[in-house]
Amino acid sequence: MTVTDDRPASVLGTRRLRKEDPALLTGEAKYTNDLDLPGALHLAVLRSPYAHARIISVDTSAAATSPGVVAVYSGADLADTWGAPMPSAWAVTADMKNPAHYPLASGKVCYVGDGVACVLATSDAAARDALDLIDVQYEPLPAVVDLEDALSDRVVIHEDLGTNSSYTWDLKIEGHEGQVDEAFANAAYTVRERFVQQRLIPMAMEPRAVAAVPQPFGGDMVLYSATQVPHILKVMVALTLGIPEHQMRVIAPAVGGGFGSKLDVYAEELLCVALARKHKVPVRWVEERGENTVATIHGRGQIQHVELAADADGKLTAVRIRILADMGGYQQLITAGIPILGAFLYAGVYDLPHAYDFSCTGVYTTLTPTDAYRGAGRPEATYAIERAMDVLADQMGIDPMDLRKRNFIRKEQFPYTAFTGLTYDSGDHLAAAEMAAELADYAGVRARQATQNVPGATKLLGIGQASYFEMCGLAPSRVLASLNYSAGGWEAATVRVLPTNKVQVVTGTAPHGQGHETAWSMIVADRLGISPDDVDVLHSDTAIAPLGLDTYGSRSLPVGGVAIAMACDKVIDKAKKIAAHQLEANEDDLDFVGGSFTVKGSPDRTMPLAAIAFEAFTAHNLPDGLEPNLEAQVTYDPPNFSWPFGTHICTVEIDTETGQVDVLQYVAVDDCGNQVNPLIVEGQVHGGVVQGMAQALYEEAVYDSDGTLKNASLAEYLVPAASDVPNITLGHTVTPSPTNPLGVKGIGEAGTIGSAPAVMNAVIDALSSLGVSDMPMPASPHNVWKAIQSAQQGASK
Amino acid sequence: MIPAAFDYVRAGSAAEAISLIGQHGDEAKFLAGGHSLLPLMKLRLAAPSVLVDIGRVTDLSYIRDAGDHIAIGALTRHMDVETSAVLKEHAPLLAHAASHVGDPQVRHRGTIGGSIAHADPASDLPATTLALGATYVAQGPNGTREIAATDFYQGFLESALAPDEMLTEIRVPKMGGAGWSFQKFNRRAQDWAIVGVAAWRGSNGSGVALVNMGSTPILATSVSNALAQGASVSDAAQLAAEEAEPQSDLNASPEYRVHLAKVLVRRALEEAGK
Ligand SMILES: Cc1cc2nc3c(=O)[nH]c(=O)nc-3n(C[C@H](O)[C@H](O)[C@H](O)COP(=O)(O)OP(=O)(O)OC[C@H]3O[C@@H](n4cnc5c(N)ncnc54)[C@H](O)[C@@H]3O)c2cc1C
Repeated sequence: MTVTDDRPASVLGTRRLRKEDPALLTGEAKYTNDLDLPGALHLAVLRSPYAHARIISVDTSAAATSPGVVAVYSGADLADTWGAPMPSAWAVTADMKNPAHYPLASGKVCYVGDGVACVLATSDAAARDALDLIDVQYEPLPAVVDLEDALSDRVVIHEDLGTNSSYTWDLKIEGHEGQVDEAFANAAYTVRERFVQQRLIPMAMEPRAVAAVPQPFGGDMVLYSATQVPHILKVMVALTLGIPEHQMRVIAPAVGGGFGSKLDVYAEELLCVALARKHKVPVRWVEERGENTVATIHGRGQIQHVELAADADGKLTAVRIRILADMGGYQQLITAGIPILGAFLYAGVYDLPHAYDFSCTGVYTTLTPTDAYRGAGRPEATYAIERAMDVLADQMGIDPMDLRKRNFIRKEQFPYTAFTGLTYDSGDHLAAAEMAAELADYAGVRARQATQNVPGATKLLGIGQASYFEMCGLAPSRVLASLNYSAGGWEAATVRVLPTNKVQVVTGTAPHGQGHETAWSMIVADRLGISPDDVDVLHSDTAIAPLGLDTYGSRSLPVGGVAIAMACDKVIDKAKKIAAHQLEANEDDLDFVGGSFTVKGSPDRTMPLAAIAFEAFTAHNLPDGLEPNLEAQVTYDPPNFSWPFGTHICTVEIDTETGQVDVLQYVAVDDCGNQVNPLIVEGQVHGGVVQGMAQALYEEAVYDSDGTLKNASLAEYLVPAASDVPNITLGHTVTPSPTNPLGVKGIGEAGTIGSAPAVMNAVIDALSSLGVSDMPMPASPHNVWKAIQSAQQGASK
Repeated sequence: MIPAAFDYVRAGSAAEAISLIGQHGDEAKFLAGGHSLLPLMKLRLAAPSVLVDIGRVTDLSYIRDAGDHIAIGALTRHMDVETSAVLKEHAPLLAHAASHVGDPQVRHRGTIGGSIAHADPASDLPATTLALGATYVAQGPNGTREIAATDFYQGFLESALAPDEMLTEIRVPKMGGAGWSFQKFNRRAQDWAIVGVAAWRGSNGSGVALVNMGSTPILATSVSNALAQGASVSDAAQLAAEEAEPQSDLNASPEYRVHLAKVLVRRALEEAGK
């Protein structure tokens, strides 16, 4: 007997082209700045050229008479407008010091780019011209650019706080405190390293843009913004400006990338709404690129002191971490919490019992505020442990791959309760590492290296690895509560079957390049047995999708996508009641396959969803007590984080005469559980890998000692372009998540998390024969050359 | 990125452009491809009150064999220089250098005349034409004159052109089969050089010029002199930075630039000698 599976093949796991792309690629997608808003006034913001200065006076009189100008305001002029300071949603400790921060500064400025005055004019050019006519007198104060200098309180930036230290957050494992010192005392090997996570500029392709449009009568306000977080923004603007929340509607039109930089509540959003209310006309603003480099948050900015203890076999016995985190001049929305998101991951993918000691101090500097940037805390953690593992392997004289294999949490240990109390739901680090090693021809490269990296060679080969565990899918609400975060981590979804069997999905996620419309319609299509083309995904408008917590932290699929699958199941449950009623069958006797209910054993007694949808709409013949219409809403609070993992391996060749690093090959093996659409997964990994590689090789916000950003343009801040990116070979292992019904894990940040340490490990590996054991990121030709020079000088002493 | 207000006039010929510039005086500027001038205006580092657009003076877009040299109209786009069969035959170094300018968008808009008139030491074509011993033709209200490339570059973004003079032609001596090399060292493919070297070497001598090694493009005469006196390539390359005054910037310290110049000149001469 042959059994044939006549269920239609699922659309899940197929490489469907993204339905978002035609509008984006033809330029028809409407971004905030494309909106046609008759009568809108244009806002321009005058920004401080000083990193730290007292504002003596602001004279707006000349600007006020400039052609086209409607109004000019200084910070003091608007001081009464704000019901509350700019929001900050994460007080990581009860005694965290957080200075009040307003959309325009009045007493003093705390970074280059801090807004001091603004112009409203009838055109963007008129507004921009008038900025040059505002006369601000400053009394410059010393800049605080260096984190360790900031910590010394030589110059206290916020006098009312009395110190530049905002908080110290500790993670000590209760009942095991003594074990760390003990492990270090008994260690066969110890590693002590200091790593610097340079400041990075997120540089989304679309800079920020805002338009606030007052509605006729009654005080309703529509805020358009290039944001990742329309829902959070709505609540925060309502609270800060004292607008009843139900009168605020936030819409994020097409959004051209965010990488965390649009996970925020910004001064210009509050200014546009406040001034639109005051002047009773729409007010719009679009950021210039140079402005974007100083007025939008930066990422990273940490000094990491990393200590490892290991036994004679290289088994890790303790990890001790001290972090100094640069918050910049003020806190933005979740500035303080970013390093804490990495706090649990400094033991990486390794089996470390309890000897863990983490502490992070957040300090203010007179630089642009930092906040979430792709990976947020987790790339920093992964970099620290993965670089330190290579240092340990070097000390022991063993291959770093071998050292990792000795320490991996083994497959059979999952679900694994870590020392932090968190449960790593699933994983197979060895499989990912072995697949990556195979794809990268790890053994072959090592063999070539032995013949190529001989004394006097000017082209040195290096290979480096990073294995990572990511904690994403933010987040179980109760865990967020324990971290003092002021919101939950659930996500909402509505699935609505229309009378003609087309489906509307309402999601609380807020895509800005990820492809949610495609992925969510595939989930619905699979569940309901319809075509993805018959599904419309509604999002990013708080009037249409009133419930949601938006998109960041690789949460959209493992939280929002799962909510959609669950809403589909609820719809099917209801449809089944209608089908049972109409087919005069018992609900338990119905199968739902390929979009139709069929009585088991009677293939001719069948009713397609299309017929049920119409029945639900007419409500002519529904079971007693059943409400008309076919719609279900779900709010899903995940029971756990999602734990994607993988191994990246990078092969480089370094020209020792010029310091140029060439990436010969990049292999990324990522396990994000089941893949809804491999095409989207690959896109996320490619982009992520390049963004991490950019930290390793290209990018750094460079400041002079006065606190002026030296590379405030795309000509000088080196975002790699397509022509600078090597081929990336991808591999995937699939370990479905056991904690959600789709078996999925986040993939938005994984690439970035794995790549910076893999590239830097490769660079150091190549240079090790010259005596280079570490160097700062980025490994620019100049920095590589300097590292070689100083190693050689050291050797010749 | 909003420039200050300016007026715009379009010229149909070189003569008209020169007379328009004359009418509007000091505050007026020629606009060719706009790929150096417009970025400066958007950053408000330049604020000319009038732009005289010469971008459509198409009769100044040509590449001609003129016997002992190749004549290139000032309005010829980088892409046309890069792909010209005449240049590939008689001055391949220049065609090749043009292929390293920026990215395809830049090469389709930017002009060789704009690049030379702008006199940016970090640009590729000023140094390349200098290495090749080019002569530039300028036209002003009182007629035309020839300026040797060696006399043209007078300081950072400063040339021998008078404000009312327009560069009309670039004359590049034929290379006569000499070996050549163009070494551009940068961090991203579309960037300006951190250090660049344009070099040729033939039976009648050599020419080596450096990109971004001072306030003007630099002719490395010490290298050519040493070669003429029989020095080895690696010894001559040690003299690469004799004439240079390298600056410090985000990408390189002066010491690193000097080091790179030596490495790149050596590599260029090795390649040119093959
Ligand atoms: C993203 C980008 C990357 C680039 N990368 C490189 C690179 O790698 N290498 C490189 O060499 N260049 C590079 N450039 C510069 C590019 O080559 C410019 O096109 C060129 O330098 C200027 O030519 P243009 O025709 O655009 O001149 P414009 O910008 O129109 O003019 C430049 C200046 O010259 C004057 N001028 C123009 N034509 C004449 C004339 N015929 N007579 C007198 N004065 C004139 C103008 O008044 C102005 O002052 C880059 C530019 C951009 C935007």
